[in-house]
Amino acid sequence: MARLTRPRRALSTNPLKSSAPLGAAMAYLGVEKTVPLFHGAQGCTAFAMVHLVRHFKEAIPLQTTAMTEVSTILGGAEQIEEAIANLKKKANPRLIGIASTALTETRGEDIPGELNDIMSRRGDLGDLKVVYASTPDFEGAMEDGWAKAVTAIIDTLVPEIDPLHRDADLRQVNILPANYLTPAEVEEIVRMVRAFGLKPIVLPDLSSSLDGHLAEDWSGHSLGGTKIDDIPAMAKSAVTFAIGESMAGSAHLLADRAHMPMQVFPSLTGLQAVDNFVSALMNVAGVDDAPPAIKRDRARLQDAMLDAHFQIGGLQYAIAADPDLVYALSSALAGIGAEAVCAVTTSAANPILDLIPCEEIILGDLGDLEDGARANGATILISHAHARHAAQALDLPLIRAGFPINDRLGAQDICRTGYRGTRAFLFEVANAVLSRPHVARPEDFGAAPIDPEFDHDRPQTTPH
Amino acid sequence: MSDALKQTVADAFNEPACATNRAKSASERKKGCAKPLTPGAAAGGCAFDGAKITLQPIVDVAHLVHAPLACEGNAWDNRGSASSGPMIYKTGFTTDMTELDIVMGQGEKKLYRAIKEIVEKHQPPAVFVYSTCVTSMIGDDINAVCKAATEAFGTPAIPVDVPGYAGSKNLGCKLGGEMMFRHVIGTVEPSYTTDYDINIMGDYNLSGELWQVKPLLDKLGIRILGSLAADARYKQVAMMHRAKINMLVCSHALQGLARKMEEKYGIPYFEGSFYGISDTSDSLRKICSMLIERGADPELMDRCEALIAEEEAKVWADLEPYRPKVQGRRVLLYTGGHKSWSVVSALQELGIEVVGTSVRKATDNDKAKVIEVMGNANHMYENMAPRDMYKTLKESGADILMSGARSQFVGLKARTPWIDVNQEKHEPYAGYMGMVDLVRAIDRSVNNPMWEDVRRPAPWEEERPFAGYRPRVKDRCPVSGFANDPTDFEDD
Repeated sequence: MARLTRPRRALSTNPLKSSAPLGAAMAYLGVEKTVPLFHGAQGCTAFAMVHLVRHFKEAIPLQTTAMTEVSTILGGAEQIEEAIANLKKKANPRLIGIASTALTETRGEDIPGELNDIMSRRGDLGDLKVVYASTPDFEGAMEDGWAKAVTAIIDTLVPEIDPLHRDADLRQVNILPANYLTPAEVEEIVRMVRAFGLKPIVLPDLSSSLDGHLAEDWSGHSLGGTKIDDIPAMAKSAVTFAIGESMAGSAHLLADRAHMPMQVFPSLTGLQAVDNFVSALMNVAGVDDAPPAIKRDRARLQDAMLDAHFQIGGLQYAIAADPDLVYALSSALAGIGAEAVCAVTTSAANPILDLIPCEEIILGDLGDLEDGARANGATILISHAHARHAAQALDLPLIRAGFPINDRLGAQDICRTGYRGTRAFLFEVANAVLSRPHVARPEDFGAAPIDPEFDHDRPQTTPH
Repeated sequence: MSDALKQTVADAFNEPACATNRAKSASERKKGCAKPLTPGAAAGGCAFDGAKITLQPIVDVAHLVHAPLACEGNAWDNRGSASSGPMIYKTGFTTDMTELDIVMGQGEKKLYRAIKEIVEKHQPPAVFVYSTCVTSMIGDDINAVCKAATEAFGTPAIPVDVPGYAGSKNLGCKLGGEMMFRHVIGTVEPSYTTDYDINIMGDYNLSGELWQVKPLLDKLGIRILGSLAADARYKQVAMMHRAKINMLVCSHALQGLARKMEEKYGIPYFEGSFYGISDTSDSLRKICSMLIERGADPELMDRCEALIAEEEAKVWADLEPYRPKVQGRRVLLYTGGHKSWSVVSALQELGIEVVGTSVRKATDNDKAKVIEVMGNANHMYENMAPRDMYKTLKESGADILMSGARSQFVGLKARTPWIDVNQEKHEPYAGYMGMVDLVRAIDRSVNNPMWEDVRRPAPWEEERPFAGYRPRVKDRCPVSGFANDPTDFEDD
């Protein structure tokens, strides 16, 4: 079991964490015709928007209540009302997802109460839905904000079902993906669910909104995502699957609302983890065999594991990311014999931290990653794009994982989930090792270098 | 906001050197130029953002953000101001305030310790401490902490008391300059000065633009003594008071500072630009004539004219091969300030048609220049909503959008080539050589064969002849096991 340490210091060097409101905004963007709205100063939004734009290379319709000093003191209810009315007029969304920020949370406001009041008073807003998640920047990380937004959506839009009259659609499955799953990974999960003849409803679904597709028109709200009408319909599903421990709370709420069974899969990377998921899908589908495509993917993963274990077995690496992602990647690598010599994470709220295969987990920043990797002799780094500074300083390869990946294209297409994604991930790690051939030198083993007297003093015509 | 900060903000808005301000009546002037923000329709950064943008290019300083995580965590490492040496300015330092810190009021203590940790580990020449909304609201006195830390550790800790909610990004730029005036400028004496020492203000060396101009100054023997803040060292800012003249590149941000330096240190300033060919030449002439007035040898002007003649001839020769490739193309320019017009004339010279230009953040002077080069005011835009821009692009038949990254996707999604001309861009376009780079970028973008492909209709959008009936497929795929009938598999 991992031991969590919180370095006692006042300074954070090179932040690892992205803030909770940003996570909430990303979740809202996975619902169709939605505008995420930050309740805070306009800088809170501008920073988050630039961050999202640079990762996804897409226009991000993120909005702000534009709090000023005066409205902060007097309270922001009017700002919220005005923002909702303006957005309704400008973008005509079906859903507005509000996330609070450190500014408004430090002041303290009863937003849910105010929202109730606004929505009942304003008949002119029509069937516009508004959800609110409390996501102060000073608490938790991106995955926490994401989970809170999903919980808020479920709480607002999924009706309570009478258990006596529950009429489950036995082929319909709810999927609640964690924040770290990319659009391509969500798509892979959907593909697997469908392969068993089941119909998934994914909330939120970035695979249809931020997958990087070219739309036919310009719009001020999200392009694609979970259909609004599908969200209440989630109450009728046979079962709810949460992918990632951070989604357990959301899954519990949904399961309670609709009196359905639920199951949390902490990760879908690694043979064992995917096997668990496939087995659950077989249970729901009522079959005792899997489709040939799934079987073939599994066989190929097994062969990939054999091929890659020469490079990955005994590999010492350092990793820094949100808890769910650290767990997913490190558990898969542990399964093939790699050792995490330094693990840094962002949020203490996630119970999965206990299961991360590393002696010590640091609740810290990229400065800790750099120091830890150096001190413990890591040969590969796994973290998001900002870790390139550490990688440069240590002269080590960096495998980009998490958010943001703003110095590479195709962040939305990275897939390390399912049999196929795991296979790709193992090859990626093994290739990073192979890309740095090490030629042994006498010094490596403590032997003295060869006496210069023996050196040939004329340049040789060929190498060697 | 503390009273002191409030006064600072009011002063920044009262800037007498600001042309817009001068045109107002006394009562209008009192209201300041803070535009009320519209919730749900506001965009752009906050005052903290502006202060950071202005000061962060001081490359050997540790920039410490006293705030909960998001202010630095979401913002660090996203601007391309280049350094010729130290890299510490790229490191994101923050106190990462937690809920507990805020509730227990431990902010000041934490900040003090954070400064200590930086000084001990990195020994920078100075630590800049930025306040933000939350730390300002809970009343952390960063001025006092900085004073105590400076005394205790012997390294200047400079307070940049510009919380986000004080106002817009633009205001933050002004206040960033003001903080330098109060705490840094004039604190270090240069070991020697010359009659050819200048300050360059309001340039941030984005993707190395300063270095496209510096060789010209080098050839003329002009020394950049102080810089705010392109590739600047802390000492360069501290010595700014000994320069002979100030050149103001982004006039809106640091005009107040330039005026104050004129009053206090007697350094005259001018507003110039290194975008576009004639602008670059004009700026060089202005620098030289002002230096001569202040004691430089008059032969400087002859050398300057010779340099300009040589460089202009060279740049036009370099541009000539691109003329056939870009002639007749239509550009929509959506930028701000002097960039609204400074590149227009050079583009027109090459036969590129400018179908419109925005005049956001532009002074009256800028606007007059736009009319001068465009012929009339019909094609001047203030703010343009993304939806309108999308429409304009589709309807005006513009071949290229030149704008900042925020409008990037409006252009790309309208399948229009886009060229980044704002601060996040990765290519430098300053000086004579920058113009060639810009035209090369236009050529590369607009003549990319990809555009034809990406606008091509899909096969199923095209009319095709009736190909006869086919029997329905019933079997399953032997590899995937999926039914070949898509309705069995897809639910939508």
